[in-house]
Amino acid sequence: MADLIVLAVFLTVGYVFGRIAETRHYKSIKEREQQYRYLPAISSRIPPVSQPADASILVTGSVVISVDYFKRFLASLRTLIGGRVISYESLLDRARREAILRMKQQAESFGADKVFNIKLETASISKNAKGKIGSIEVLAYGTALVPVEPDKR
Amino acid sequence: MIVSNMEIIPGKHIKEHLGLVQGSTVRTKHVGRDIMASLKNIFGGELLGYTELLSESREEAVDRMKQQAQAIGANAVINVRFSTSSVTQGAAELFAYGTAVVLE
Repeated sequence: MADLIVLAVFLTVGYVFGRIAETRHYKSIKEREQQYRYLPAISSRIPPVSQPADASILVTGSVVISVDYFKRFLASLRTLIGGRVISYESLLDRARREAILRMKQQAESFGADKVFNIKLETASISKNAKGKIGSIEVLAYGTALVPVEPDKR
Repeated sequence: MIVSNMEIIPGKHIKEHLGLVQGSTVRTKHVGRDIMASLKNIFGGELLGYTELLSESREEAVDRMKQQAQAIGANAVINVRFSTSSVTQGAAELFAYGTAVVLE
């Protein structure tokens, strides 16, 4: 009985806090995506020939994000019947968008106007006691091109 | 020292390829951070301690790679790639590698 109460408390706490955190995070992601609209992240390997000879700098952005108890519980139920694990999909989506935004933030601090050759890497860095994935790390990196004044080239 | 993950550097000519350079580091956070992280596993949200740990160690890996490149007389590292692997619970290896080149 005590176990059930503990589980119920964890589920409620996970649901409430997880929901608040996710809503807040999505709101901030959307705002910042709008803000960095002028700085495109391009996944082409090499910039077009017409691109002027800018300075190139490696920029990275990373985030480690964890799923809440409620969502992990849902996911473990989902493994019984199979199918889409929606609760993890939003976790990965948030992490990738956040990583790209942090990379753009770094690029902005160098005064870049484009980021080329974006690579995204995902790793599950920590596992909880039962061996289930608790948190994931997403790294986004690319080459920022910073415009250089023609006379300094 | 220019570091880039593209195969070319716009506006620069590659004079010489000097081969692969790499840098890696294995790091872990103190137990307090791990306890915080396991609490966060209930509430959900960003694990700031781990984010910090990983970006710090990635910088370290890039620095080591740059040092290696400098030692063999390169002035740029191109086509840089990152890789992460977890060695044990709470410890992660960050690895950066690229091609050392001499630019004109």
